[in-house]
Amino acid sequence: MVKIEVHKFSAWFGANRVLRDMEMEIFKHEILSIIGPSNSGKTTFLRTLNRLNDLNPYFRMDGMVELERQDVRSIDVEALRRRVGMVFALPLPLPLSIFENVAYGVRMHGEKDKKKIASKVEESLKQGYLWEEVKDRLDESAFKLSGGQQQRLCIARTLAVEPEVILFDEPCSGLDPISTAKVEDAMVQLKEKYTIVLVTNNVKQAARVGDRTAFFLGGELIELDKTDKIFTAPHDKRTDGYIRGKFG
Amino acid sequence: MRKIKEFMIENLIFICGMASIFFVVLIFLFLLKEGLALFNIESPLKFLFGKSWYPISEPPQLGIFPLILGSLLVTAGAAIISIPIGVGCAIYIAEIAPVKTKEVLKAGVELLAAIPSVVLGFIGMVTLVPFVKTVFHLPTGLTALSGSIMLAFMAMPTIVTIAEDALYSVPKTYKEGALALGATHWQTIWRVMLPAASSGILAAVMLGIGRVIGETMAVMMITGNAAVIPHSILVPVRTLTATIAAEMGEAVVGSEHYFALFAIGIVLFIISFAINVTADLFLHKRQ
Repeated sequence: MVKIEVHKFSAWFGANRVLRDMEMEIFKHEILSIIGPSNSGKTTFLRTLNRLNDLNPYFRMDGMVELERQDVRSIDVEALRRRVGMVFALPLPLPLSIFENVAYGVRMHGEKDKKKIASKVEESLKQGYLWEEVKDRLDESAFKLSGGQQQRLCIARTLAVEPEVILFDEPCSGLDPISTAKVEDAMVQLKEKYTIVLVTNNVKQAARVGDRTAFFLGGELIELDKTDKIFTAPHDKRTDGYIRGKFG
Repeated sequence: MRKIKEFMIENLIFICGMASIFFVVLIFLFLLKEGLALFNIESPLKFLFGKSWYPISEPPQLGIFPLILGSLLVTAGAAIISIPIGVGCAIYIAEIAPVKTKEVLKAGVELLAAIPSVVLGFIGMVTLVPFVKTVFHLPTGLTALSGSIMLAFMAMPTIVTIAEDALYSVPKTYKEGALALGATHWQTIWRVMLPAASSGILAAVMLGIGRVIGETMAVMMITGNAAVIPHSILVPVRTLTATIAAEMGEAVVGSEHYFALFAIGIVLFIISFAINVTADLFLHKRQ
């Protein structure tokens, strides 16, 4: 089942064209990894899906980006961002306690019942693989957590508003290998319930967690296929060169 | 030769650096010496809480309670007016205004800061004072309220500039994080931006208040200068600063009156110092 459909999609910042004629389908309950060198438009693409690019007054797009057959530009932007959650490269807890970080989104969307909020926080922290580590110190500042824990807190925070799609923007770029493995475990578990789009600079990460992998280069989609296909027998020479570390 | 040059320059810079502290200490000591002399004659409690200020009656009555209340009343009024407007303006400039409006507004705020206080004072005198008089049907428009309104204009640039700076330095990622959760722009401002910038905003408010409490010229011109305990914001009051400015020229050097004015200076100094230290604490907490 197609969750997100992209057709003839191009994007500009001012006069600078950063994405060109993208064609892509993202399926429900898959992890789609996007790899490619810096400045290939991966993050811009990701931020189109929840319209975070709209914050930049110079951003302009053309073509079609649909979430469940609905143009993202026609969906109310707050509703869209609730349906399409995002986890950023640097973990960015809000300056609040661990509990409040997760409860924040739940409260924001109008939940007032304290018991419901507490159970939602617990459920989300469990899904983010963090509950066991923080259940005894929920009132501590989120900044006391390690980098990897903070990132999983951000995942839990995103889960708490019950999105359908989760965008990961290089979620492990600042993490050590053990924390990275934990975040990757969480992602693989999460695809049971969610659709995941992962932008990563770590080619091996794409190979480990992605069901399918897309290769971006210079704002174009070079190749999109099953992950093992991309990594064993890619169609395009450039894909092969990139994953072998010949450029990028 | 080069070493001598180096030595001279280093010492010259050292002297420049020390000079500012040296002069501050000298001023402070002089203030203390002249002000504390009063307490040989008058008890500190009677000075601070005495209800009458008749410095040239015989014997002089040197209670500055009405003056302290006058200062506090005018300052509180100015704070109530300038804080919401100033912080609101800062939010608008930092978060909402389109680029061009932002530039115009910032220039406007800087211009407001550039108006000399005596100019604000006489503008207040010819426009605001008659206005307050007619609106509230008062015998005179020279009231604490007029002073508060005028001083609010003076506190505003400080509050806006520093609060805007505080909002601007909230990491962009906080904002994006909140928006990505589906928060509206206002929810993001209210629940993320303002709390994250709160210490900077508090510092802005404190510095704005510091500016107001030390202001002299404009308040002297439009608050009426009656040294009585004010019972409402619509009566004339006299502030600590205005008292010193108005009377220092006439006080006989070495008289009780003269010492009392210096003692007022100490009180003002303590208040300003406390406000600045508080503001500093907030600013440091931010870093």
